[in-house]
Amino acid sequence: MNRLNRDQMAARVAQDIPDGAYVNLGIGLPTKVANYLPADKEIFLHSENGVLGMGPAPAPDEEDPELINAGKQPVTLLKGGSYFHHADSFAMMRSGRLDVCVLGAFQVSIYGDLANWSTGAPGAIPAVGGAMDLAIGARDVFVMMELLTKDGVSKLVAECSYPLTGLRCVSRVYTDLGVFEIGKDGARVIETIDGVSLDELRRLTGLPLEMAARARRPEQ
Amino acid sequence: MIDKIVSSFEAAVADIPDGATVMIGGFGTAGMPDELIDALIAHGARELTIVNNNAGNGETGLAALIKNKRVRKIICSFPRQTDSQHFDAAYHAGEIELELVPQGNLAARIHAAGNGLGAIFTPTGYGTELATGKETREIDGKHYVLEYPIRADFALIKAHKGDRWGNLVYRKTARNFGPIMAMAAECTIAQVSETVTLGTLDPEAIVTPGIFVQRVVRQEAK
Repeated sequence: MNRLNRDQMAARVAQDIPDGAYVNLGIGLPTKVANYLPADKEIFLHSENGVLGMGPAPAPDEEDPELINAGKQPVTLLKGGSYFHHADSFAMMRSGRLDVCVLGAFQVSIYGDLANWSTGAPGAIPAVGGAMDLAIGARDVFVMMELLTKDGVSKLVAECSYPLTGLRCVSRVYTDLGVFEIGKDGARVIETIDGVSLDELRRLTGLPLEMAARARRPEQ
Repeated sequence: MIDKIVSSFEAAVADIPDGATVMIGGFGTAGMPDELIDALIAHGARELTIVNNNAGNGETGLAALIKNKRVRKIICSFPRQTDSQHFDAAYHAGEIELELVPQGNLAARIHAAGNGLGAIFTPTGYGTELATGKETREIDGKHYVLEYPIRADFALIKAHKGDRWGNLVYRKTARNFGPIMAMAAECTIAQVSETVTLGTLDPEAIVTPGIFVQRVVRQEAK
């Protein structure tokens, strides 16, 4: 079965980010999306620790410990970028000014419920960071994840079993086997990876999936 | 003459009592007021409630305060990190209480205290286990959770430059929680890389006006 690798997934997400968008890329896998943003578009990267107009990683000898992203990695600032305090930074999310955020997930339900902060494992130290604020704040929440766990269990589910991050907040799910759109009546397939059939996605997820009206049909 | 500049870190933290609630600025190590925390450790106050985004990184700053068993409770959003070993150990030993707050709610609750508000309704966390048992309300078709302000007795923050009236400017992403913590504490103590004479800071660019700051210590102070 064909499947996208993580860089290909990041490139696929990047295609759908429009010119002029204010975007937050979550810690981990979503940060790869920055590598594939097309040079002919101006896209503003936001980092919740207080920076808008974030640039790429600095050269190794030009790192500044006071200029970091939410993952605490050194970054740079583009011309026209700005710094602000945490209340302003989260105001940008909560008031709906961020166009897109891209997040990883443990599970997404077909109605757009997101679980990405805790597996609920006993004894584990809980940590949430800005995940819940991003989930309900950005106008479009894109989830980027492998469709299946390492054990082959679908992460797109009828109902999340892990603790929720946000309710009905995800608008699209980009996976290694297909792209899904979340509407009021549930998830629909808008794209399958070449060679993956709709029936195969139904079998893998155990969900009665349908193609969206504007879907790109897989080449059989 | 008003002069908020204090000559030593030791003097700056000398009246922080046992059991105080202390906000500590910084996101990871950016903006962490390490020298003030070292002085607080030397001063010896115990049973502290600490408010910070994290629960200490590595061996210095907040991590050292926890390692020295001065923290009874921590209010933060992201305690678990690869280098949070001292918090992890204290937590698993049952020596420290954790109040986990989503990062934006942490900022909003601190900001609410600084704004003199009684409470806020926030959409973040609605329907999740972090809102369990909390009052909710539907306003204009959206769901909100009632959250209360987080106030502190003291705030320890790090800024770039300050003057004797307590006006502050920050540097890059080290600003993070500094301005809102300064507003939410009874006594804000700022360590600065540089003290400047009154009138040097551009009034258009001052981020924290001196009314929110009680003490300023220069980084090179003893």
